[in-house]
Amino acid sequence: MNITPEVIAAHQLTAAEYDRIIQLLGREPTLTELGVFSVMWSEHCSYKSTRVHLKKLPTESRHVLQGPGENAGIIDIGDGVAIAFKIESHNHPSFIEPFQGAATGVGGILRDIFTMGARPIAVMDSIRFGPLDDPRTGDRNRHILEGVVSGIAHYGNCFGVPTVGGECVFDKSYDGNPLVNVFALGVFRHDEIFYGKATGVGNPVIYVGAKTGRDGIHGASMASAEFTEESKQKRPNVQVGDPFMEKLLLEACLEAMKTRAIVGIQDMGAAGLTSSTCEMGSRAGTGIEIDLHYVPQRETGMTPYEIMLSESQERMLLVAEKGREQAVYDVFKKWGLDAVQIGVVTPDGLLRIKNHGAVVAEIPNRALADEAPKYHRPFTKPLRPAPLDGPAVKSSDLKRDLLKLLGSADLCSKRWIWEQYDHQVRTNTVAGPGYDAAVVRIKETGTSVAMSLDGNGRYCSLDPRLGTKLIIAECCRNLATVGALPIATTNNLNFGNPERPEIMAQIVESIEGLAEACRVFEVPVTGGNVSLYNETLGTPILPTPVVGIVGVLPTTLPVSSTFTEEGHSVILLGGFGNSDWQQFGGTQYAKAIENSLWGVPPSLDMDYEKRVQETVRTLVRERIVSTAHDLGEGGLAVALAESSFGPAKIGADVEVESDLPSELALFHEGPSRILVATGDPERVILEARKNGVQALKIGVTVSGILRIGKRDSVLIEASTSELFEPWSEYLPGIFQAAVLA
Amino acid sequence: MTVGVIVFPGSNCDHDAYFAFQHSLGIDARFIWYDSEGLGDVDAVILPGGFSYGDYLRTGAIPKFSPVMGAVRRFAESGGPVLGICNGFQVLTEAGLLPGALVRNAGLKFVCRTVPLEISSTASPFTHGFQKGEILRLPIAHGEGCYIADSATLDELEREDRVVLRYRENPNGSMNDIAGIVNRERNVLGMMPHPERAADPLVGGTDGLAILRSLLAPQAFYSPLLAASRT
Repeated sequence: MNITPEVIAAHQLTAAEYDRIIQLLGREPTLTELGVFSVMWSEHCSYKSTRVHLKKLPTESRHVLQGPGENAGIIDIGDGVAIAFKIESHNHPSFIEPFQGAATGVGGILRDIFTMGARPIAVMDSIRFGPLDDPRTGDRNRHILEGVVSGIAHYGNCFGVPTVGGECVFDKSYDGNPLVNVFALGVFRHDEIFYGKATGVGNPVIYVGAKTGRDGIHGASMASAEFTEESKQKRPNVQVGDPFMEKLLLEACLEAMKTRAIVGIQDMGAAGLTSSTCEMGSRAGTGIEIDLHYVPQRETGMTPYEIMLSESQERMLLVAEKGREQAVYDVFKKWGLDAVQIGVVTPDGLLRIKNHGAVVAEIPNRALADEAPKYHRPFTKPLRPAPLDGPAVKSSDLKRDLLKLLGSADLCSKRWIWEQYDHQVRTNTVAGPGYDAAVVRIKETGTSVAMSLDGNGRYCSLDPRLGTKLIIAECCRNLATVGALPIATTNNLNFGNPERPEIMAQIVESIEGLAEACRVFEVPVTGGNVSLYNETLGTPILPTPVVGIVGVLPTTLPVSSTFTEEGHSVILLGGFGNSDWQQFGGTQYAKAIENSLWGVPPSLDMDYEKRVQETVRTLVRERIVSTAHDLGEGGLAVALAESSFGPAKIGADVEVESDLPSELALFHEGPSRILVATGDPERVILEARKNGVQALKIGVTVSGILRIGKRDSVLIEASTSELFEPWSEYLPGIFQAAVLA
Repeated sequence: MTVGVIVFPGSNCDHDAYFAFQHSLGIDARFIWYDSEGLGDVDAVILPGGFSYGDYLRTGAIPKFSPVMGAVRRFAESGGPVLGICNGFQVLTEAGLLPGALVRNAGLKFVCRTVPLEISSTASPFTHGFQKGEILRLPIAHGEGCYIADSATLDELEREDRVVLRYRENPNGSMNDIAGIVNRERNVLGMMPHPERAADPLVGGTDGLAILRSLLAPQAFYSPLLAASRT
């Protein structure tokens, strides 16, 4: 096959990038080489549009053992124990084939964790879809959601990792472009850490795991292109996952690592054999020579091009110490897995690919991994889809508004989703779905790890910089609410086409907001993922950075997020907060009641936010409070309702002594506020005062009802069961109705 | 006293069972690999939850051919206590050590939830320490936990008082609300709920401890029976 401009374009390489390939090689590439370059230089693998900006992120602290650049970040959590964690997107595959797309998303991130030697102990998912009740697209969106949820369940449940939390959000902009971001976290001892480095010239390069087939070829470059009508024809690009194989691979890898015969290991994820070989060589400054003839294959007649670009799942590449490779083979044999030497580490820094002895590609590793194009893409002002001022908001019935919000897609109970996930396997889940943050204990020590995953496309579309900072604040607040100290961040940047300057501006502003907030909250970024070109037929998604933050706390029974005792004081840490009509435009009230988006996100004082978090962390750790629940989307009224949904059906009787209009007082989403209940209000107020934090006693817990008064009037009075019904029934109802229709 | 925990490729609650015995109960536990021909010196056997062989073909269908299952069968036939949890229950029915079968949940979806269960028979070494009608709260986590059997088998199970655990709020469509049954000799228990996930107040409560502990003290059930049969 001749390499024509059409062939180059089909590989999503520009003419300038092709010239750069010729320059680096000193000759024209072969077709196999072109394929190898195209995946390694794809947006997905090379971060070519964002690398110059990602450099702005803080990546170091005394806890960070491994920052960005490896398969996952590593954080020290004391007692000689460390955690590895990262987030990955599988947005494009999940649109084309929801079940397998989401399942292999889980599989991919799990391999990133255990390739470093850590045993995965928790998964969380951030998923976004178009509206489920849309008359035109609702059918398809329900189909995608059902597929994604069962794909995640299928893979995680079978593999044996608990899915402990996450978020599920709906917006029109995700209609043709759902987001599936999967976070995974693993645990190991410091002396069990492995890296993806091909060190030791002469050491054997060994392929382990599933056989290679034709699935997923060009997955990485597919994930780097916008969707068009033809995308629906791309089904063969989506990989097929086998969680049973992955479970065997996990156990075999961890057992093989214990032999100490492995010097480096990396999973074959995006760009498969290509990325694992050249990245391992590049990190070690060595070369790798392989012969494709030895690669275990599932199909006959595969070309070198296909073998190198296949994204077949559940495969690993490892380098063993020469002379000790038999110990590795023995372990894989025990687990019934292929383990075959396919090559050797060389001193020349080249990725040399042979097929039956004949060289089919020979490329400097550094050219692929480190000298990928790096673009300073032009950016203007962020795309702004909404006006500054919105409609005049005047509620005629605040109780009806609250019921509608509780029964809205974003705020309703997600039990229908998380009950499909095994959230308890491994018996470490101290706090699972339903808590502000998930808490997983480390059995070997007295420490638990807390984690929170969050995004907010609406805020970020109004102001990507402030919106992103608010997400960091929210994640850290979630962690503080369960008593944890946040220590590190991973992030998944989901945006549209970076070649559009107004989209690039969203990306730059968001990254800079992320950098600033992560510095203030002392949560360095240890890795992450960028998913661009999330557009369908020219319409971009809302800018959606998703942030996962982990923290640590002493292992203990969690404080409830719902009211547990009658007669306890209800205290609002951080007070009623400030807001105005412009800051109201990104709220869930504006979305669910006004069906609109306008204005700016709520304002954020990061210093005050930190002090509020410090206060609640102390109150929870010392068990001065019986309930702690942070105010998030839907504001005070929704937080009060959620706190009333515990098994004891205890609500509250509160007074809103605020000068804000009632709609704002009840539903604004200003940050830095946490609801607590306590039998010792003086201690709570004292602790808050120590940190310069407002603590308002707004009421008392009572059985069975939620009553919110303001001066002489009753704003909302409802039984807890009346509020519970729309909240718990929305999702089951929508799928039930779909079955009956 | 030692408990053997069988490990099939794809078992994933093996460590949880091991941990519950070793740490919550202080009872020595040991893993037994699926291709072992013998069980070694153990006093009770656990077939743990998970997805042995990926649940391919049918849940429990492939592991029944594992070499270790021959040893488990001999152990059961000699009266040794055997507890199959979740996937372990599925393996026991496939292996013919318990009657009936476990099929796809009526709701067609995997369900992970803590459910109320009723002790519906105390005539087994696993439940004789309870009161009949006592309620336990145990987690379930399965996609194929709907117990079915032909009517003759169901009649026999009921007549012989071999349904030891029943769901109070049937989560999966199981016939007669069956959550756990014993064999005719009453030394083999299969149950879909996970007692090993309710063996620690920090995670899931402690309602499962008594069932796990019962494995090591079957004589407490049998001795009075033996004494009675002698008189």
